[in-house]
Amino acid sequence: MFDISFLYEAKDVKDAIKKLTENENSEIVSGGTDVLIRVREGKDAGMGLVSIHNIDELKGIKQDSNGNIIIGAGTCFYNINHNEIIQKHIPSLGEAVNTVGGPQIRQTGTIGGNICNGATSADSASTMTALEADIVLEGPNGERIVNIKDFYTGPGKTVRDRCEVCKCFVIKKENFENYFGYYFKYGKRKSLEIATLGCSVLVKLNSSKDTIDDVKIAYGVAAPTPSRAPSAEAFAKGKKLTENFLEEFGEKALSDMKPRDSWRASKEFREQLIKEMAKRSLVNSIRRAGGKIEYYV
Amino acid sequence: MDYIGKSNLRVDAYAKVTGNAKYSADLAPRDAYIAKVLHSTIANGEVVSMDVSEAKKVPGVIGVFTCFDVPDVEFPTAGHPWSVEESHQDIADRKLLNKRVRLYGDDIAAVVAEDNVACDRALKLIKVEYKEYPVHTDARSMLNDKDAPVLHPNWRKDNIIAHTAFNSSEYFNYDEVKKNAITKYGEENLIEVVKNVKTPRISHSHIELPVSYAYVDANGKVTVVASTQIPHIGRRVIAQALNIPWGKVRVIKPYIGGGFGNKQDMLYEPLNAWLSVKCGGHPVLLEISREETIVCTRTRHPMDGDLRALATKDGRLLCRELINYSTNGGYAAHGHSITAKCAGIFKNLYRDELGVRSEAYTVWTNAPTSAAMRAYGVPQAVSFAETLTDDICVKGGFDPYKFRMDNICDENTSAGGAMFYTYGLKKCMEIGAEKIGWTKKREEYKNQTGPIRRGIGMCCFIYQTAVAPIALETSTVRMILNQDGSMQLSIGATEIGQGADTAFTQICAESTGISPDKVFIMSSQDTDVTPFDTGAYGSRQTYVTGNSIKECGILFKKKICEYALTMEEEKSLAGKKIDDLDVFENYVVDKNTKEKLVSLEKLSTTAFYSFKHNQHITAEKTTDITTNTFASGCTFVDVEVDMPLGIINIKDIISVHDSGTLINPALATAQVHGGMSMSLGYGMSEELILDPKTGKPYNDNLLEYKIPTAMDSPDFKVEFVVMKDPTGGYGNKALGEPPTVAPAVAIRNAVLNATGIGFNEFPLTAQRLVHEFKEKGMI
Repeated sequence: MFDISFLYEAKDVKDAIKKLTENENSEIVSGGTDVLIRVREGKDAGMGLVSIHNIDELKGIKQDSNGNIIIGAGTCFYNINHNEIIQKHIPSLGEAVNTVGGPQIRQTGTIGGNICNGATSADSASTMTALEADIVLEGPNGERIVNIKDFYTGPGKTVRDRCEVCKCFVIKKENFENYFGYYFKYGKRKSLEIATLGCSVLVKLNSSKDTIDDVKIAYGVAAPTPSRAPSAEAFAKGKKLTENFLEEFGEKALSDMKPRDSWRASKEFREQLIKEMAKRSLVNSIRRAGGKIEYYV
Repeated sequence: MDYIGKSNLRVDAYAKVTGNAKYSADLAPRDAYIAKVLHSTIANGEVVSMDVSEAKKVPGVIGVFTCFDVPDVEFPTAGHPWSVEESHQDIADRKLLNKRVRLYGDDIAAVVAEDNVACDRALKLIKVEYKEYPVHTDARSMLNDKDAPVLHPNWRKDNIIAHTAFNSSEYFNYDEVKKNAITKYGEENLIEVVKNVKTPRISHSHIELPVSYAYVDANGKVTVVASTQIPHIGRRVIAQALNIPWGKVRVIKPYIGGGFGNKQDMLYEPLNAWLSVKCGGHPVLLEISREETIVCTRTRHPMDGDLRALATKDGRLLCRELINYSTNGGYAAHGHSITAKCAGIFKNLYRDELGVRSEAYTVWTNAPTSAAMRAYGVPQAVSFAETLTDDICVKGGFDPYKFRMDNICDENTSAGGAMFYTYGLKKCMEIGAEKIGWTKKREEYKNQTGPIRRGIGMCCFIYQTAVAPIALETSTVRMILNQDGSMQLSIGATEIGQGADTAFTQICAESTGISPDKVFIMSSQDTDVTPFDTGAYGSRQTYVTGNSIKECGILFKKKICEYALTMEEEKSLAGKKIDDLDVFENYVVDKNTKEKLVSLEKLSTTAFYSFKHNQHITAEKTTDITTNTFASGCTFVDVEVDMPLGIINIKDIISVHDSGTLINPALATAQVHGGMSMSLGYGMSEELILDPKTGKPYNDNLLEYKIPTAMDSPDFKVEFVVMKDPTGGYGNKALGEPPTVAPAVAIRNAVLNATGIGFNEFPLTAQRLVHEFKEKGMI
C-alpha cells in the first residue's frame, strides 16, 4: 500500500492544472516509475497524485507542416523507439530511450517524466539536449515554450512549476535533418541501470562525406545537468576525417565538463569515460553518416 | 539405476510457473497485523531514550515496542545444529531489539499496526536519543584501535571472536622455512610472491525477502510460518529468544524463493513471534524490505588477507602463508566457522612441499553482520589461493595449467575428517583446458599491445560435502503408503528453490521401486509433523538426507515385501521367501526374474482394509552421516579487456565439476549456471559499500548494488566428471555451493593474462581497472 492522500485521474490538461492548483500538496504522476519510488522511500509520502496517464492528447509522435517532430510528453519509451518517424529521422533518440531500465519500465515510463524529473542521468536527456528540443509547458497562466538548454536549473531541478504540465517536445527540422547520431550509455551493467555516464553525438558531414560540417555533443552525469560540450563542438567543425583529431576532441569535451568524485564513480574514472566516450560516439556517428574514419573500435 | 541420472521435470515446476505455489506472505491471514522495524541511524553507541508517544497516536497503530521492552535474553542465531557441549554452542549475543547499537541499521524498536502505511507513519514519529561511540567498519581498523569499545563484553575482552592458525605442522614458520629454502636451493633459484587480497561484502539477493507471520494458536503454541532454510533449528532459536520451552514453538516452512545461506540464520522470526505474543497472539506479518534485507540481515564476509608464497624456479610450490582478517559485523551469527572453513580450504587446495600456515581472525565490527552465504568462506579461500598461484606463474614464467597439475592437491588429500573418496579434479582440468582451447590460446594471446586485449585464465577449487564430522549430520525420513500404492515422502530437509524435492523424489523412487509420479513429497516442513533434519545448507541435503531416504526406502520396501508374503490368496506369491522379493515399477516382483507378482495398488488396498492382516505400512529412519567427501572442479574463461573503458567481456566460460553421480543432470546443470552467474557478480560488480566514518550504507538497494542481469550473462558452459562416490547415497557429492567458487577468480586470472595486471581487490570493477591501467600508463 502506498502512502498517498489521493489519486486523481485528470480528464485533460486543464483539469490536471486545476486539480494541482487546488491541492498544494500534490504532484503529477504519469508512468509512476519515479514518483511511486519516491513515495515508497518516504520522500513524497502523504502527497496527492494527479494522474495525466490517461490523457490521450499527451501521447503520440507526429510531424507538423514544417517537418518539425512533435513528441507527446506522455509517450512511453517503448512507443518512441518503435515509432516510424523516430526511426527514420532521429533513431539515436530511439536507441537512447531503449536503454532505460528494463522492458517493463520502458512500457510505462514516459519521456515527459524522464525530462521533467530533472536528473542529469536520464537516458533521453543528453540526446534531447543535442537535438535542442523545445519543451511545451502549460500552467494556470497559459502555455510557454522553454528550450532544453534553459530548462534545467540543478540536480533534480527544472524551471517547470509544480502546477505546469509538460505537454510535448518540439524538435525542429534543422536540428535533425542530415544529422546522424549515436547514444552511448555507460553503465555498470547492461540492463536495469542508471547511466554512470551518457554521451549523445549528432554529426553532419559534407556532401562528399570526408569533412565534418557540424557536431553536437551532449552528456548526462558529466555535470549537475545535461550539458553540451561547446569547445569540442567548435573544434571538430570543418575537420577532415583523415586528420588526426579524435584525441584532442576528447580532451576538449573533458574541458567543458565538471565531473565530480563520489562513491559511485571517481573523478579520474569519469574523466577517462568522458574522453573515451566522446571519441567512440563521434566515430560511430560519422560511420552512420557514411564517413570513413580509423579507430580501434 | 532406474530413476537416478534422469532429467525429470521438477516436481514443483507447474506450481511455480503458474504462480499457484503459495509462499509465506501469500498464506498470511487477511486480518494479520503488519509489523515494521525501526533501525538505528548510528553505527556504534547506545539508545539512551526513546519517545514513542506520538507514534502510538497514529490511527491504526496497535502497539509500539522498543529495546527497553524486550526480554533480557541474548540468543544465538546461526543455523547450526545445537550442541550439548557448551563450548561448541554458538555465541548468544543478540536481543530481540537492542539498546546497545552495533551497526548502522541495528533493530531498536518495532511498530505493529493494521496496515503498512500506519507503520511507516508511526516509525517516523519515534524520537530516539543516542550516545555515540567511534565507528570501525572493517576488521583491521577495529583491531588497530586499541581503545575501540568492546561490542560484546559478555563474550570477549576485545572484539576478536576468534583467532586461529591451521599449520601443516605444529612448528611451521614461514620465515624459517624460507631461510632454509634459500640455504638449500639458493636465492637465485627461488621466487616469492608477497601481496594482499581483499574480497567484498556481498548480499545474497534471493528473490523472496525474509518474511514470516506469527500467531499463537488456540492451545498456546507459538506458531511461525517463515521463509527459512532451517525450520527445525528455527524452532529452537525462537524458543531460546522468547525463553519458552522448545516444544511450545512450531515453525512451518512453505515454498521459499531462495535463501543462499541468508535464511540459514534466524533473522526476524524470533522478533515476529514475540510481537504476536505481545499482541495477544493475533497474527502479525513481518516482511522486511530489500533495503533492510541488504543491511540488517546477513552478508558474505569481507576478508582481507596478507599472503606469501615461495616456489622454485622449476615450478615446485614450497610453502604459503595466509593471515586473514575477516570482518564479521555487529553480531557473531556463525562466529568463526566461516573464516575457519576459508582457512582450511586455503591450506588444503595445494600440496606445499615445505608446509603452509593459514591464520585467521574473525572480528566484530560496526558493519552488517556477516554469516553464511553460498560456499561458506570458500570463494574467499580460493580468491586468496588461486590469485596467488597465477601471480607465482607470472613471476616464474610457468604455465598456470601445468603448475596446477604439478602442485594441486591430489587424491590422497585428507583434512578435517574429509577426504577424496573419489577424485576427479585433474580430469576436470583436462576437460576444461581442452574445451576452452588452453594451449592454443595461451600462445595466441602472448605479447599483445593496443587498448583491447584477450586473455585466458583458470581457477580450481575443492569443497567438502556437508559438515561432518565437525558438526552433527543427521536426517530423519518418513515414508507412508497410500491406499492406491502411492506414497508420501516426509522429510525435514528443505526445498529452497534448488530442486531438492525433485532429487529426493528420484532417490526415493530408486530405493523404494515406487515410480516418481506416485511419490508425493511433502514440500512444506512443519516442526510439529515433519521428522527432524537440520535443513538446507552446506551442500549437505542430497548427500545426508539422500542417504537417509535411501536407508528408509530399503526399510519401507522390506515392509512391503513382508506384507506381500501375508497375501495368501495371491497364487503368484506362493512359496516365495522374503529374499526372493523386490519392488520395481510399482509391483512386487521376483528379484531375479523381475516377474510381476502383485501390484502395489492391490497390496496397499488390501493392507489398509484387510480383516485378516490389517496394517498401515510406514517406515521411519534416522541416518547419522559421519563421512565427508571432497567435491572439486574448475572454471576456464576467455576474456576480452576493453582497457580505455575498463570493461571485461567474457567470450567463453566453462565450469567442470567433479560432484559424483548426478541425480538429475538438468537440475545439476542449472545449479552450475546459477552459481556461475552469482560468481560473476562477486567477481565483477557486487559490493555493499559503507561510509567508513559513519557505517552508513551507500548502496542498499538493487539499483545501486549491481547484480548481473541476464544481459550481462554469457553462455555458461558446463561439464561434469561423473564418478560414483562410495559414500554418497547413489554416488553423489556436493554441488549446491561449489559452482559459485571458481568463476570470479578465473576471470581475474584471465585479465592478468590479457593485460599483465593482477588485480587483488574483488570485484574487478571498471573503475578499479581504469585506475590501474592509468597508473601503469597503459591508457
